[in-house]
Amino acid sequence: MTRARLQAVGLSKTFGVTHALKDVSVDIGANEVVGLIGENGAGKSTLMRILAGVQQPTSGELRSDGERLQLLSPLDAATSGIGMVFQEQSLLLNISVAENIVLGHERAFLRNGFIDWRRLHAEARAQLAKVGLTIDPSTRTADLSFSARQMVELAKALALEDRIARDLVILLDEPTSVLESADIEVLFARVRALKQRASFVFVSHRLDEVLAISDRVYVMRDGRVVASMAAADTTVSELHHLMVGRELHAEYYHESSQQPPSSEVVLEADALSAAGHYSDVSFSLRRGEVLGVAGVVGSGREELVRTLFGFLPQTSGTLRINGEHVRFQSPAAAVERGVGYVPRERRLEGLVMYLSIAANLTLANLGSILWYGLISRKREAVLADHWIRTLSVRAAGADALCLSLSGGNQQKVVLAKWLVAGSRILILDHPTRGLDVGAKADVYRLVRELGREGVAVILAADTLEELIGMSHRIIVMRDGGVTARIDAPAGAKPAQIELIGHMV
Amino acid sequence: MNLGRVAASAAVPLVLSLGLTVVVLLGSIDLSIEGTMAIGSIVLSLLVANDMTAMRLGWLALPITLAATALVGAGNGLVHVWFRIPSFMVTLGTWFIGLGIAAVVLGGGTVRILDPQIRGLALARFVDLPWLVWVAVGALASAWVIQNYTRLGRHMYAVGGDENLAALSGIRVRRVKVAAFALAGAFYGLASVLAVAQLGQANAVSGEGRLFTTVTAVVVGGTSLTGGIGGPLSSLVGVLIVVVLANGMILLGISPYLQTTIQGLMIIVATAVGLDRRRIGIVK
Repeated sequence: MTRARLQAVGLSKTFGVTHALKDVSVDIGANEVVGLIGENGAGKSTLMRILAGVQQPTSGELRSDGERLQLLSPLDAATSGIGMVFQEQSLLLNISVAENIVLGHERAFLRNGFIDWRRLHAEARAQLAKVGLTIDPSTRTADLSFSARQMVELAKALALEDRIARDLVILLDEPTSVLESADIEVLFARVRALKQRASFVFVSHRLDEVLAISDRVYVMRDGRVVASMAAADTTVSELHHLMVGRELHAEYYHESSQQPPSSEVVLEADALSAAGHYSDVSFSLRRGEVLGVAGVVGSGREELVRTLFGFLPQTSGTLRINGEHVRFQSPAAAVERGVGYVPRERRLEGLVMYLSIAANLTLANLGSILWYGLISRKREAVLADHWIRTLSVRAAGADALCLSLSGGNQQKVVLAKWLVAGSRILILDHPTRGLDVGAKADVYRLVRELGREGVAVILAADTLEELIGMSHRIIVMRDGGVTARIDAPAGAKPAQIELIGHMV
Repeated sequence: MNLGRVAASAAVPLVLSLGLTVVVLLGSIDLSIEGTMAIGSIVLSLLVANDMTAMRLGWLALPITLAATALVGAGNGLVHVWFRIPSFMVTLGTWFIGLGIAAVVLGGGTVRILDPQIRGLALARFVDLPWLVWVAVGALASAWVIQNYTRLGRHMYAVGGDENLAALSGIRVRRVKVAAFALAGAFYGLASVLAVAQLGQANAVSGEGRLFTTVTAVVVGGTSLTGGIGGPLSSLVGVLIVVVLANGMILLGISPYLQTTIQGLMIIVATAVGLDRRRIGIVK
């Protein structure tokens, strides 16, 4: 490392009660590729957003070439030569590729106040050539494939180099997750070629890629930087170990209270298929069992979970609940059959934030507190108090708005809502995403208690470690089919590598 | 007594606001108020003793009127959810359809009502206040009960708060929406009964100007246009503010043109202070 082109010093970021970043310091040298790794929720994306000016740190500061740098907007960042390729794409789909590339910089293409399209398209074509794309710049962005859009996004970030005199910093937030391997090669070749006048920050879940392209690697965990090392001096397994951060100690997942499920089958899928998404998926779920579903993006896992809750009815095969054939046309139909769904984004789909805890708890089953057709506030309060105590929800009271709860407590209310509704089958779709370690532990404990009560759980987890730790059995999916069924009884949990072999 | 006059002039806006509140709580909007009122007014006027038809239904006309306007509301809701047309456009259309139907039925004219009982709502008093004030109070009480103590009311809050989540909780979102629009229609029907009682006559434009004051009252009261926050009591407050202000401006002799301007300012200011702007990323 020569000198720090961009430096983060003691950055912290809080969202309400959640600490996304805690005292993070990172140096990005000139002409350096810095890898950034960590599990979901470790704080990588938040750090990237701060570096890109999308979010501002709660405390700490950024420095550029040793001088204090304040980035209040992505425009500020661009002016300082910092460009970002976002994980979730940031192109506008309703306008052309060329317009996307020069978005916000149209001024340079004006002639007498009107846009000079010929010059603008020539510029766009030049930028696209940098990433090896030969498409017509007037193509509507929505008409491009996902991976082509990712390359356009990169071209847009690289366009900065013609506008800014100084060295660039390009932030790549999981740019490879949607790319084919040929495109990844193009991307890496571009990164290597541009190193003479740019620094890169590269975030990816694929550790081998990070090692291949980076000079130095930072490892993040629970909002902190836990290690920083030269890429040449480390290995994939060491990085992985640092990322996960603890020996797989069983009690984190309350493994000792994992009890063998009963033999009673509550849900059974037989040759279940949804055309274009997954096919011929069979499994059974027993009372008190946690069934994990593993698979990468595109494996059909997400879609299978959606079928079970009525978002995506199966096109063939059978689904039986307590022996009866069902085909859920809507979530409402699934709820009627006693299926509950705990979504990944509580803020979006879990709770009505402006209603009280009591009102949220009874939302899926108002019938139980009706008194001659009217809601009995007294019964509602008694019910809510009971669940707040049982699940030790930390709240001012049953009348407190869900808005005022921390993430872990919100998730408890979501779970309690389904218990109030009498759900005997719960679908947990990444239930711990965005929760801190303590809140995660609460959710794990709760899931174990549910199992003891006989509730059956289908789990799609954030990490393999979590999936293995919590599940009784795991089905692994790849390319829309089941590739393995692995038992994970207490005391004899499979290794992650066993699953990965069937996933990719 | 001026208080009596304020109460009497607040009755119709209050009942209209109760209806609109239900729709706004869903995060939708209902612009059909004047059209629905036109339909309610002529249904009522032509069924009770009047100078145009030979009908003499008396009080029986009341439930028929409410049913007719509830049907108009349900129509709004059905078109909105089935064809996925924004409520803004559907109800904008219904507004003019209602005006048009009323104008055609009455041939552009005006029908005078002769039924002494309906007129009595505005003319006869109970405890110093005209009967229509008590009807409005009754409407407020039922709206409050519906909102806070029924499944429909709770579901409306949930849909307005987060529609996806409501669906995930097993709530039949579309049914809730249609029911809410129908309920709103019934309130507009009741309001048109009170308005006819006050005016003693009905024509296609007897609801003119009602939409603006109703939206103002609901927003000033604090019911959020984004849905999920507010309720009948908020709208009561909003109506009282709007009516008292209008009354005060008349007493002060402020020019009617300026009064309109001040009402316009009020709706903008109320929206500005009534929302938590930090929560809103993009305003359209």
